[in-house]
Amino acid sequence: MSMPPHATMFERIWRRLYLAFCAGVFLFLIAPIIVIVPLSFNAEPYFTFTRDMLALDPDGFSLRWYDRLLTYGMTAPDAIRDGAWWADAWANSQWIHAAKNSFAIGISSTLIATALGTLAALGLSRPEMPFRRAVMALLISPMIVPMIISATGLFFFYSKAGLAHTYIGIVLAHAMLGIPFVIITVTATLSGFDRSLIHAAASLGASPVTTFRKVILPLILPGVISGALFAFVTSFDEVVVVLFVASYDQQTIPLQMWNGIREQISPTILAAATILILFSIALLTTLELLRRRTERLRGLSG
Amino acid sequence: MTTAAETVAAGDGGPLTTGDGTPLKTALARATRRARIKALLLVAPLLLFVIVTFAVPIGQMLYLSVYNPVFSDNMPRLSSWLRSHEVSDVPGEAAFEALALDLKDARKNRTHAQVGTRINYERSGATSLFKSTARKIKKIKGPPYKEQLLALNSEWGDLHLWTVMARAASPHTSAFYAQALDLTYDATGNITRAPENRRIYGLLFQRTLFLSALIAALCLILGYPVAHLLANLPLKYSNLLMVMVLLPFWTSLLVRTTSWITLLQSQGVLNDLLVSVGILGDDGRLELMYNQWGTVIAMTHIMLPFMILPLYSVMKTVPKDFVRAARSLGAGPVTAFLRVYLPQTVPGIGAGVLLVFIISVGYYITPALVGGSSGQLISNQIAFHMLQSLNWGLAAALGALLLGGVILLYWLYDRLVGVDNMKLG
Repeated sequence: MSMPPHATMFERIWRRLYLAFCAGVFLFLIAPIIVIVPLSFNAEPYFTFTRDMLALDPDGFSLRWYDRLLTYGMTAPDAIRDGAWWADAWANSQWIHAAKNSFAIGISSTLIATALGTLAALGLSRPEMPFRRAVMALLISPMIVPMIISATGLFFFYSKAGLAHTYIGIVLAHAMLGIPFVIITVTATLSGFDRSLIHAAASLGASPVTTFRKVILPLILPGVISGALFAFVTSFDEVVVVLFVASYDQQTIPLQMWNGIREQISPTILAAATILILFSIALLTTLELLRRRTERLRGLSG
Repeated sequence: MTTAAETVAAGDGGPLTTGDGTPLKTALARATRRARIKALLLVAPLLLFVIVTFAVPIGQMLYLSVYNPVFSDNMPRLSSWLRSHEVSDVPGEAAFEALALDLKDARKNRTHAQVGTRINYERSGATSLFKSTARKIKKIKGPPYKEQLLALNSEWGDLHLWTVMARAASPHTSAFYAQALDLTYDATGNITRAPENRRIYGLLFQRTLFLSALIAALCLILGYPVAHLLANLPLKYSNLLMVMVLLPFWTSLLVRTTSWITLLQSQGVLNDLLVSVGILGDDGRLELMYNQWGTVIAMTHIMLPFMILPLYSVMKTVPKDFVRAARSLGAGPVTAFLRVYLPQTVPGIGAGVLLVFIISVGYYITPALVGGSSGQLISNQIAFHMLQSLNWGLAAALGALLLGGVILLYWLYDRLVGVDNMKLG
């Protein structure tokens, strides 16, 4: 997209400004995420680059905050690092405890959200669906309603229903928050779905279940998986509901970070953040590969 | 798929019927109904799930904003007296007798502090009044109750206190909405505006709306050129740059908030950089964190992808030839942009601005962590009343007002953009 030869001086300057502005915005978007990575290797308990770090002196860098991430909350962090030490870390380290919770809650709520959401998206994308718009608006609303309102609602509801401070309560709440994403991605995939394939399968004698398993599901799978990823990330990143309805036992990574930022902010948080950034890069890559696959499938099917 | 497909037309001019003789119209209607029910059945489990885990809890919570039975349940005699009498002056012996007997029971059931707190929402000093009186209530063994209670604490002769109790005697109350709207009942029970120094919620709503609008505007200014660039670059470059938009989108919110704290706090990276370059003196460090600036900067960063993505998907569909045609017909670059390009991207602008505004208005986490006291939004006040001051009625009333606003915006969004047109990534 270079400038045509007849472009005026004004246009050339304008284009430079425009590109510089865009570069600035990209910097704004990405810099906060990049800057945190080297800072997490700081040898000092500071949140800024020390002189040693800027001079690229190896003494300025250390893994102490990653070590602290592992040992925080352990009964004997200074013991020799043998099997017993690792068992201690696995059982008592607060961040490991939080990570276990985050994954358990994230995976269970994703399964619920994806199963129910995909089923509903199949119904919603049928042309015969009555009250389509109203139902869709209701199902998407957990994404729009301020989290604090959903969380306070659940707080009262769960204390009456005996679900406060339980895993089930948080899993159900997170599934509810993830559902809009599944609905959006799966209905989007279904909108490009050729419905005559269903008729073809039926006319060849396939039962509705077989049609779903052998025809519909393979084609919408990328949409389902990306919806599931969204639902997982929603749960994995959710802090407000956890703040309101969880006890220490259900502490998750975001809650651990929240407490860390509010109470004793230390570069341990930066180490945790760096790991989470790597995790989100992995997720993004998966999603991109899925998108390419969909495009390829679409391309093949015409 | 449907029985209607097996329809056989009766060729002799009579009404069309299916093979088994039912009129075609009936058969079709039946088939459509069956298809509708099938579609509904697929959606039903999720609908039920969302109603149980989302709609019902929120409804129940909002009910707390108009329903508070603490006083009427724990002070039954006084409540029934107050419901059947008009309180225009401090009442006489009968009411004080009911008060004394109820206070004795409340003391026994340890509910007197709760009752005092309920009255304290509308008249300050009531908590300590109820507590101190309940502590000494045993001394009052018989009539005259009024005289003895007034001797214990002369505040019982305050008309304002009695009008507040008269309103609290009914479990249904408008007090929380009044408070959320900066209104108050005066001593004689008329609604007036709260004194100037106590009108906090109006100010907070104003600030929430203003900051959300500011964030949406900033996102539009920053996002529009970027979306335009992404939509017009060849795919291999734009995919690469898109990663820079999507990576923040996929990165944990708390991670991004943490990074802004490290960047912007007064001993942080940005200030250190400016000081070492010599733009700022060491004592002139910028206060960019724990105030409104912190909220605005961090939230603009968090919301920017929500602006860029809808803009991008609209700009992708705008044919490039139109601007070229306008230029070749003699329009200057500014005219071509304003009259030809911009109007075609209005749906994207509407979608992005509304989405960012809706999400910002109810935002909680980031303002709580980086907003200090001047960068707090309405959600933070709701959380404060939920978790700290435990004034759940007021929290629910503020929540209801916020929810009302969000639903209105959501309806507008559905009208203009359509919820089924929402795109992610």
